[in-house]
Amino acid sequence: MSKKKIDNTRRNLIVATTAVAGAAGAGVAIPFAWSWWPSERAKAAGGPVEADISNLAPGELAVVEWRGKPVWIMRRTKEMLEAVRKADDKVTDPKSDVPLQPEYAKNENRSIKPEFLVLVGICTHLGCSPQSKPAEAKGEMGSDWAGGFLCACHGSKFDLAGRVYKGAPAPVNLEVPPHTYLSDGTILIGEDKKGA
Amino acid sequence: MASRLMALWDWFDSRMPSVAEEFRKHMAEYYAPKNFNFWYFFGAFSILLLGIQIVSGIFLTMHYKPDANLAFGSVEYIMRDVPGGWLIRYIHSTGASAFFAVVYLHMFRGLLYGSYKQPRELVWIFGVLLYLTLMAEAFLGYLLPWGQMSYWGAQVIVNLFAVIPFIGPDLALWIRGDYVVGDATLNRFFALHVIAVPLVLLGLVAAHILALHDVGSNNPDGIEIKKKKGPDGHPLDGIPFHPYYTVKDIAGAVLFMMVLCAVLFFVPEMGGYFLEYNNFVPADPLKTPAHIAPLWYFTPFYSILRAVPPLFNSQFPGVALFGLSTMILFLLPWLDRSPVKSIRYRGVLFKSAVAIFVITFLVLGYLGTEPVTVWGQFGSWLGYADVATVVARIFTLLYFAFFFLMPWYTAIDKCKPEPDRVTM
Repeated sequence: MSKKKIDNTRRNLIVATTAVAGAAGAGVAIPFAWSWWPSERAKAAGGPVEADISNLAPGELAVVEWRGKPVWIMRRTKEMLEAVRKADDKVTDPKSDVPLQPEYAKNENRSIKPEFLVLVGICTHLGCSPQSKPAEAKGEMGSDWAGGFLCACHGSKFDLAGRVYKGAPAPVNLEVPPHTYLSDGTILIGEDKKGA
Repeated sequence: MASRLMALWDWFDSRMPSVAEEFRKHMAEYYAPKNFNFWYFFGAFSILLLGIQIVSGIFLTMHYKPDANLAFGSVEYIMRDVPGGWLIRYIHSTGASAFFAVVYLHMFRGLLYGSYKQPRELVWIFGVLLYLTLMAEAFLGYLLPWGQMSYWGAQVIVNLFAVIPFIGPDLALWIRGDYVVGDATLNRFFALHVIAVPLVLLGLVAAHILALHDVGSNNPDGIEIKKKKGPDGHPLDGIPFHPYYTVKDIAGAVLFMMVLCAVLFFVPEMGGYFLEYNNFVPADPLKTPAHIAPLWYFTPFYSILRAVPPLFNSQFPGVALFGLSTMILFLLPWLDRSPVKSIRYRGVLFKSAVAIFVITFLVLGYLGTEPVTVWGQFGSWLGYADVATVVARIFTLLYFAFFFLMPWYTAIDKCKPEPDRVTM
């Protein structure tokens, strides 16, 4: 068998047809892989949500669900905003240069109205939900703690503007979702201001 | 009657690839070295556990519901209402931990006796593929009870893909099938866990064993028994796998099953190491448990992941090292430059390296089960860094040093001469 001369024309035809069939076979995988994208129902459920903030007390944190993720709305007091100023030199990205917020929230308080902080409550490290640690938790968080958030999974700490402290495993600040005020007491989360 | 049965056997044998011939090739006339010791049990135990996991898994699917609203309840239903359901579920969960324990010992055996070295590189590569596939299988299965740990563990692992530059976020979305881990994720993980990945596992087991039986087994002396053959053409130091090692493995399996049953009936949760307490709380997407840890068999790698600080505003380096910490196993046959295989004839350098590696693996494994604050913080001189994080960083360096320095220390190590024939 091995001594017989190989007819290369026939061999090439076999190789070529096999390659074409193989490519077609790989193409068959496309509809299967495609089926893994979010379904139309999941996409519809990802629409914007409204939150009522008229009853939020100063210092209080409300959690609403948007796209299955917790979104925090925190009404910050004067002291809390001062604590944000004092943390400027302890956080990785004090000026919010990494685009994790809409342009209208890229300011010193990372919010539209200084008082109201809106954040996606998912750690930018590996997606756990951090916990609120008020300034009173000094015993656990250290004597210079001025309030903020702690991700218990891997120990990332964030200040009261969702900015990550230096040395934490999380590389960047918490995300500010697109949001807009429908009225003084209502926020729409998941959508920018129309025309803005 | 006997001749009737023989006739029936012949009828089958002439219409099938000969079963008797395959039995001879892989069992009765597969010559294995006669000096196998305790370490050689764990391959057979792995096969046994694969069987246990498949059977108990099949029966769990008969009562389990892969639906985000029903999954947690259906597992509790199995535990409380299905006759013997608690036993089947504990067999499956204890079996998973036992599987990893046995596989780690099996891999460590390979490291001790240089079983990955030429000509068994392919046996080793199939083995590492099996190990990675088993990790995938365990991870996918852990989501199914839909408890808090299932949910947040899956969230963390899927987000590992999200940090891959450029394609990451879309890749994570595609894997989840939703913006967060949800019903779509649970349903596809179920499909992968009960059919797709097990099929891959079975194929790899076949490849692993066929490759092994082609080159022949290594042994604690690390010398090739095929080099010294008797007049009958069989290795002088070889004995037929059946009945010698089937008997040995069955006796070992009996003792192993006793240990397994002791765990199963008396400490099935193993103090939170085999089934984490937080997983008895239904998944809540809005509330992360105070402390998230994977099951014990993933914790050494999880420690490495946590130890690496972000670079250039990205945690990709940590995830990359996490991936590398398992992928590096593939390179082991080519990193080891020693002229001898077995640790018995290696020098002090390799022996020390293995000892440090074992300690490294255990320390990283322990730290992975604990929060980073477990050992408190350093003072201001180290910027109040968590002690556990700093220790994990040191041991992460040692972990990689074991592999990356291997070409150097195995080459200059003072080895002893290997014997001609195996020693008992």
